[in-house]
Amino acid sequence: MVRAEWAIFDEDFWAINNVLDDLLKSSKAGNVMLIDRTGQLVSHCGPDVDFDLTSFASLCAADFEANYQLAKLIGEKDFSTLYHQGAKDSMFLGKIHKGVILVVLFDKTTTLGLVRLRVKRAVDELNRIIETLYEKLQYRNEEYDALDETFTREVEAEIDNLFAD
Amino acid sequence: MSLINYSSREINCKIVYYGPGLGGKTSNIQYVYEKLAPETKGKLVTLATEMDRTLFFDFLPLELGEVKGFKTRFHLYTVPGQVYYNASRKLILRGVDGIVFVADSSEARFDANIEALYNLHENLKEYDLNLEQIPFVIQWNKRDMPDAIPVAELNEELNPEGFENFEAVAVNGVGVFDTLKCVAKLVLRQLQTT
Repeated sequence: MVRAEWAIFDEDFWAINNVLDDLLKSSKAGNVMLIDRTGQLVSHCGPDVDFDLTSFASLCAADFEANYQLAKLIGEKDFSTLYHQGAKDSMFLGKIHKGVILVVLFDKTTTLGLVRLRVKRAVDELNRIIETLYEKLQYRNEEYDALDETFTREVEAEIDNLFAD
Repeated sequence: MSLINYSSREINCKIVYYGPGLGGKTSNIQYVYEKLAPETKGKLVTLATEMDRTLFFDFLPLELGEVKGFKTRFHLYTVPGQVYYNASRKLILRGVDGIVFVADSSEARFDANIEALYNLHENLKEYDLNLEQIPFVIQWNKRDMPDAIPVAELNEELNPEGFENFEAVAVNGVGVFDTLKCVAKLVLRQLQTT
């Protein structure tokens, strides 16, 4: 079986999506995303975007991490939220348990105040979900039969196949 | 930090190319980007200075074909090699699953390799990690340099632990995929428990 440092199970994925969906509607934002600390997109709620989501997620994580280091330099524990204001679109980022990052993209149809207010509630709920998820990982990293030695060998063959000159 | 999303059926892993400045880390990623089919690769993101030196990182997501319903993704990152960008280097290492150390084979850069290796050890320590815990591969790059140090000597001096190592001329693509294949498989094996 394959084990990862963290894993998202079906029920958690839907619990996360419900929170993101509520946040999207209640804050009148354009898009809401959850990203892990290494820049991997966990979930996205909202209409399809016309930019590369994978790059976006990686840059958001780097942005958050850089700001975390800046906070430490000036003697702060961290910056729990970040706000980037654009002429049309803006971003609000919030820190969740275990370095997971919540990102809200919004335009002038809503306000920073409303987004901030709704994010606060969503962060509390997401913290609970992520904490439970990590507790679960202590005893269950999903015994998926699919991810066995054969799986690893097949992925290795795929690696050989793709990464060839 | 590997992530398995059982709901969207994805496995994500992070590989970091580390090493001295101008050693060829970005060349590795650029070659991979140029050679791979569009459906395998994502967008290449480069945060560089006007002089084309990596300022923060390069980023390239790769996606393998589906195996047993699961997609495996590797996110490749490079760090800036210059000594004074250590803060950026450190934060790119967060959550790393595998490391490629791109060493410069030329005599003139021997000390820079030592310094970068030492720096890697130090930065990993901050995350309570060491090279025994993480899949680690060394690439002896720039084998075409007239003053390239023999590989046996490089291994003796810089790789006493005997980590997997490959000769390369990354700008021409030599050794690039061999290195990537090796680290990707090691990362995968790390995920596999018995």
